[in-house]
Amino acid sequence: MTNRYETVFILTPVLSEDQTKETVTKFKDLVKKGRGKIRHEESWGMRKLAYPIQKKSSGFYHLIEFDGDPAFIDKLETEYRRDERVIRFLTVAMDKHHIEFAEKRRDRRSGAADGAAEAGDKPARAPRRKKENVDNA
Amino acid sequence: MSETTNTAAPAAPAPATGGGANNEIRYLTPISIETTKEKYCRFKKFGIKYIDYKDADFLLRFVNEQGKILPRRLTGTSQKYQKKVSQAVKRSRHLALMPYVADMMK
Repeated sequence: MTNRYETVFILTPVLSEDQTKETVTKFKDLVKKGRGKIRHEESWGMRKLAYPIQKKSSGFYHLIEFDGDPAFIDKLETEYRRDERVIRFLTVAMDKHHIEFAEKRRDRRSGAADGAAEAGDKPARAPRRKKENVDNA
Repeated sequence: MSETTNTAAPAAPAPATGGGANNEIRYLTPISIETTKEKYCRFKKFGIKYIDYKDADFLLRFVNEQGKILPRRLTGTSQKYQKKVSQAVKRSRHLALMPYVADMMK
């Protein structure tokens, strides 16, 4: 039996770029090893936190969407807790509406990325929007 | 309206006008009578089935300046979706996309 899951984790900002990448690949490998199938992943990059966590005011966000076994979630979360580089994580089981939304969002994001590359007026408009919105769009 | 003017008139405007038959209160600008707009559940209306916890900007509409979740009596959200809104806000808070406590958020 498999379910679709979405997991987001926040890494400490003190890591170097290579260390961050290494940690991300570590968790991706973990998902693959747990017979999970990665459907999608997103890196939101360094973001400001809404409140300090472990005295850090920013963090590196990464999202992985995968199909996996419910029993694997426990292992994944244990690994999150053990790893000191992870300061916060959230794993959510996705229902059909969530999956549909995620697929639409993916299309929108890829579309927005193309649009930003083509259109010259995008960067001028972007700063006026709120920070979170820019990161999400 | 007429009852209230009659009872209030002797107290306030009478000294100014010096009494007389014309003791009706007159307003320079027409008073705005609160017309309560019909509230509706935006999720039902627009057919939104899933509320994303990652979109903090959208969720901002359902919290007050202190970051507290607004009651559905104010937002008009239906019971079914209020649960989902609150779940999404709580997830968003956990991931530090939204604050647990704030001051002057908007």
